Amino acid sequence: MTTTFLSYRASTPRFWLIAAIGALVSAVGFGAALYMEHHGHVVTGMNNQVVWGIPHVFAIFLIIAASGVLNVASIGSVFGKAAYKKRAPLSGLLSIAMLAGGLFVLMLDLGRADRVMIAATYYNFTSVFAWNVFLYSGMFGIVAVYLWVLMEKRMYAFVKPVGIAAFVWRLILTTGTGSIFGFLVARQAYQSAVLAPMFIIMSFAWGLAVFMVVQRTMYDWNAMTLHPAVRRRMKHLLGVFVAAVFYFVLVYHLTNLYFAKETGFERFILVDGGIFPLLFWGGWFLLGTVLPLALIYLPALAFRGSVLTASLLVIFGAFCQLYVFIIGGEAYPMDIFPGMQASSSFFDGQVATYAPSLPEFLLGIGGLGVAFMITLIGIRVLKFLPEDDLTQLEAAAD
Amino acid sequence: MKRWAIPLVILTAWFAAAGTACAGDGLPKPNIVIENKDGQCVAPPEEMRRNHMEMLKHQRDLTLREGIRGSKVSLNGCIECHAGKKTGSVIGSDDSFCQTCHAYAAVKLDCWDCHQPKAGYKATGAKPHE
Amino acid sequence: MSDNDNGRRGFLATGATMAAGLGFVAIAPGIRLIEIAQARPAGEAASSAVRWGMLIDTTKCASGCDACVSACASENGIVEQVEDPAQRSHWIRKIDLKDKQSGREHSLPMMCQHCAEPPCVDVCPTGASMKRADGIVLVDRHICIGCRYCMMACPYKARSFVHEPLTEQNPEVPRGVGCVEACTLCVHRVDRGQLPACVEACPEGALLFGDLGDPNSEISRRIAQEATTQVRADLQLNPGVRYQGI
Repeated sequence: MTTTFLSYRASTPRFWLIAAIGALVSAVGFGAALYMEHHGHVVTGMNNQVVWGIPHVFAIFLIIAASGVLNVASIGSVFGKAAYKKRAPLSGLLSIAMLAGGLFVLMLDLGRADRVMIAATYYNFTSVFAWNVFLYSGMFGIVAVYLWVLMEKRMYAFVKPVGIAAFVWRLILTTGTGSIFGFLVARQAYQSAVLAPMFIIMSFAWGLAVFMVVQRTMYDWNAMTLHPAVRRRMKHLLGVFVAAVFYFVLVYHLTNLYFAKETGFERFILVDGGIFPLLFWGGWFLLGTVLPLALIYLPALAFRGSVLTASLLVIFGAFCQLYVFIIGGEAYPMDIFPGMQASSSFFDGQVATYAPSLPEFLLGIGGLGVAFMITLIGIRVLKFLPEDDLTQLEAAAD
Repeated sequence: MKRWAIPLVILTAWFAAAGTACAGDGLPKPNIVIENKDGQCVAPPEEMRRNHMEMLKHQRDLTLREGIRGSKVSLNGCIECHAGKKTGSVIGSDDSFCQTCHAYAAVKLDCWDCHQPKAGYKATGAKPHE
Repeated sequence: MSDNDNGRRGFLATGATMAAGLGFVAIAPGIRLIEIAQARPAGEAASSAVRWGMLIDTTKCASGCDACVSACASENGIVEQVEDPAQRSHWIRKIDLKDKQSGREHSLPMMCQHCAEPPCVDVCPTGASMKRADGIVLVDRHICIGCRYCMMACPYKARSFVHEPLTEQNPEVPRGVGCVEACTLCVHRVDRGQLPACVEACPEGALLFGDLGDPNSEISRRIAQEATTQVRADLQLNPGVRYQGI
């Protein structure tokens, strides 16, 4: 065969080692899910107060980032930027991989994971969850077609309409993911229209950060360096997205602070809620927002790997932010009787405690493993390394 | 494609071996005993064997979703006749009424995760969490 | 009203046949004949002309008393001993309340409010969360996948997720691991003309059960004449459970 699979050929033993690790992580995640399925959720830290836990942090990160990572392709196909066009196939692959990883976690965390067929055959169309089942499966289909038209020369003429369809679809998809929370009127943390656009902008930032980490890794494997102009452009885009997430989080908390009934919740998340203010200020704000922005925009801080570091920090911040948003939002007691102090055997009026157990954590990590494995297999069997540099490398190798 | 060949051979061999193992008398045949045979079932055995799952599924939706009670098809009715003497239940041992066939047919029994499989079972009435 | 009389006579007859048919020999102890609770004849579906509801007078509800909670647990077989209290099922619970300004204290039972516009039904992806024609909100465990979205959506914290495999179910009240559950308003009792277990157990008679769809029922008359409260009325869910004295 004449096709060059340069993305792995340079280091075959290392490829197999990495593949084995990825497979092991995925298998352990699956095993953890079987364990949870067998014993029931009693072996998790989740309970009747904190009903969604660490698995959902992983799953929602993967699903949001899956939508955002496709941004790279969209900028190429929809907005016609050449440097991004070359990266479109990798962007599509990552999107499918992370979506699959996220759904792996979400499905296996179900109380009745054996009833996936029911989830796929019974629909209640007033449910945002049911819409999302369509949005997720549609996303797989559209991105698969998108990859096909991107990689098959005879189909390349269709790349723009398909690219636009994918672009619109994933905006709807992330709106749907945000609306899972946005439509929840019961709890103080959610029920906000700002969540849908906030999730979209989070997807842009997190997806791009993931893309840059993967791109950098692939270049390293092949002993290549990214063209400085491309890197500069992408890192500045990441900076803009991170700043935009900051803006939305700011608006979300400021609107909450404006309503007297929400100040208790804001105080809990921002000041005296223990782990939640710590993760919010230390994890998301300092390490996940301020530091990456400094690494991106302050030339004095630049070093080899500073963009990679910034991307990894953005991903770390994303996990902190989701933990605060999902688990913090559930831990704060619901105000069923406003103006009254409530107490009961079912923890009314009390902050819920949540300590993730090993199996649920392994399930979450397993989702990352699945996304990693799909990416790894994809780049091994098909040509996903951005092409501008491929020719460059071939010239160097000759 | 050469690289697919080896796994393909292994899979084929495995299925072939599994097939031979199942073909003989290795798997115990279902052993259906109706110990509390005091009357007639709601339909002839032939129909029950083929359609009991459809009957139950139909009835469950009528009872739960529409609130129709007192029909001749009823899961609790099944238990009253078909619970075995050994376990007092339709599951729990290899010759329990439901289990014996379902094990043979390799069909998962989903009813008894939620429904009480014992005949004449009375809830203990104990106070919880004490 | 002659209609009513017929209904009552009908109840006696069908109640007896049903009881016999279902294998319940003793009709006397559990069953109380109350004008508002009538058994539906066998084969008849729940009617949307009826809306079952409850009126809870919190002024009669004593802080230390949990007779309703115990009655619910034994009626519905909620007897499992889950180690982590936060993972236990609570179909009904007693909440002690204290007014932050005045310091006035009182106590009330909280359970599924059987909303006319239930958020749990709206958010359920498969349609397992459902409202029966007569207003009783139930979980169809046959198609519940255990996603817990309804628990996120319920403003009353009325739903629980079963964290462990169960074996002690009441034959009439199926419940099991991996599914979400909540107060059924003792639908199995109501359907044969009995009162919910909590209503029957309350020593103070603080719980009144009845048909909100019938303007002549006691519950409807009292709601029409006396001040009652819907919990979280701001959400416009129109709960079937009303309170007095909050």
